[in-house]
Amino acid sequence: MAQMPEAMRPLRILIAKPGLDGHDRGAKVIARALRDAGMEVIYTGLRQTPEMIAAAALQEDVDAVGLSILSGAHNTLLPRVVELLRQNGMGDVPVFVGGIIPDEDVPGLKAAGIAAVFGPGTPLSEIVEFIREHTPLRHPIADRNSRLMSDYG
Amino acid sequence: MTGDTRPLHFTKRDLARLITGIENDDPHALRALREWYGRTGSAHIVGVTGAPGSGKSTLVAALTRMARSRGQTVAIVSVDPSSPFTGGAILGDRIRMRELFEDDGVFIRSMANRSALGGIARSTADVVAALDAAGYDLIFIETVGAGQAEVEVARVAETVIVVEAPGLGDDVQAIKAGILEVADILVVNKADREGAERAVSVLQAALDLAAPSVGTAGHHGYGALHRVEAPTASSTGWRIPVLKTIATEGDGVAAVLDAIARHRQYLEQGAGAQRRAQRLEQEVTIRLRDLLLKRAMQQIEPTRYHALIEACIARKLHPQEAAQELLNELARDDGRAPAG
Ligand code: B12
Ligand SMILES: Nc1nc2c(ncn2[C@@H]2O[C@H](COP(=O)(O)OP(=O)(O)O)[C@@H](O)[C@H]2O)c(=O)[nH]1
Ligand SMILES: [Mg+2]
Repeated sequence: MAQMPEAMRPLRILIAKPGLDGHDRGAKVIARALRDAGMEVIYTGLRQTPEMIAAAALQEDVDAVGLSILSGAHNTLLPRVVELLRQNGMGDVPVFVGGIIPDEDVPGLKAAGIAAVFGPGTPLSEIVEFIREHTPLRHPIADRNSRLMSDYG
Repeated sequence: MTGDTRPLHFTKRDLARLITGIENDDPHALRALREWYGRTGSAHIVGVTGAPGSGKSTLVAALTRMARSRGQTVAIVSVDPSSPFTGGAILGDRIRMRELFEDDGVFIRSMANRSALGGIARSTADVVAALDAAGYDLIFIETVGAGQAEVEVARVAETVIVVEAPGLGDDVQAIKAGILEVADILVVNKADREGAERAVSVLQAALDLAAPSVGTAGHHGYGALHRVEAPTASSTGWRIPVLKTIATEGDGVAAVLDAIARHRQYLEQGAGAQRRAQRLEQEVTIRLRDLLLKRAMQQIEPTRYHALIEACIARKLHPQEAAQELLNELARDDGRAPAG
């Protein structure tokens, strides 16, 4: 009957597809893999603007954001997502990506704040492991909402 | 609890984190919620239930767009099932709500049911309370839609919409599932499909047959401690409307929103107080049950507990006897030392 310890709460992960291409197989494979690893995956579907992705991440209070992109527009769209998350006070939320991204673009994306890039053929277990390692479970209320508590509590 | 009933001015970030805390039994979040309980009660809470694929998410999105154009702010809580094996979940209702993401007057939260029965999560009521305290005018709860009787949403929502759609297999799923009993408004969605007209007449006939008690006799079921009587149809006069929609086109959606508003007026004219009393009594009863069980499990010796289970496995003891024995032992312990 014990309460779920904070460290055991399921991770909440947003999986989104920025850009205009309709390649959603990879995003769905990742969503299922993360679900099977015990995570709660919010899947928002195709053709998301960076603004939509940031808004969803904010309201869903996710622990990490995963983006799938095969359209070639990664160099413009992905840094924009990172930037908007920062504006929303979610700069500490890791953004990891997959899809068709040429090797030479990876350093630039990392410099822009993307935590990791996973191309075709990456073992799913590696992706799951990465997320677990890079999402220190934040205490949802104690830190940030202490202001709210002292204002109203 | 303070006497202040004004809505709180949360940022979306703070509200989102508070909800995460509520979902995970964070003591800070639960304490905040208790403090703010006095500020809840002004939102209109609308449950939307029905079989998977009937169009609940699409309808909620269309209703939200319409409510926004009428100047209301809207929060949506969408519940999807957790995997019983891994505890993970894919929460996909947002796919149908994309045009609402950036609207400042809309807050959407996806929830996994964390294996709770009845179509919502254990913490859904408290999450809704937080959204209520934050001042949203209208709050939609979309249930899992497992196709069984998801009556639990009637415990949280003031108005319950049951969504049907032609061509989901059975003629009319709702009747089979007995979910009609919780409906305040019936919607036949996908009216562009063949069979919609028939679904409407089947539902209408079922309502006529069930009159006068259907739609008002629902909203109960926790028996024992339940004193507040459900009002009967003749005393309330709410006629459950059967409405047709094409949620993808927005057709008929205004009429559903009108019916939601009419139902709220009807509740405010008296029936609501009775239903609220009924709901809160259930709420207290359920929480009492949970607390009692929790306390019992803390007091019971694990070895004793497992010995009794073993006896049941060996068929030396009926489970009822085992439970009674545990209760007797707890009562004896309580007599010796008052529980701390
Ligand atoms: C299947 C496919 C299609 C299908 C898509 C079906 C669907 N619903 O997904 C169809 C036929 C519709 C299609 C159409 C087009 N396609 Co196409 N398509 C492919 C193909 C052959 C395979 C993609 C795929 O599904 N792979 C299987 C999945 C599981 O792999 P994946 O997406 O790469 O995902 C893996 C990893 O990348 C990673 N991953 C992916 N997302 C994420 C996200 C996160 C968070 C993480 C951690 C990991 C991760 O993990 C996954 C598992 O290992 C690729 C070529 C290729 N070899 O990749 C071209 C390809 C993607 N298509 C391409 C193109 C150009 C098109 C079209 C524009 C026209 C065309 N030439 O065919 C149209 C556009 C359609 C549209 N509306 O957007 C190009 C893209 C070029 C570019 N980016 O510069 C490719 C690369 C082919 C090529 N070499 O030219 N396509
Ligand atoms: N033809 C038709 N399809 C609809 C209508 N409403 C929803 N749908 C489609 O039905 C499918 C399931 O809808 P969704 O809202 O996800 O259903 P839910 O599972 O009940 O939430 C989606 O493909 C929708 O686009 C409608 O009025 N007519
Ligand atoms: Mg849905």
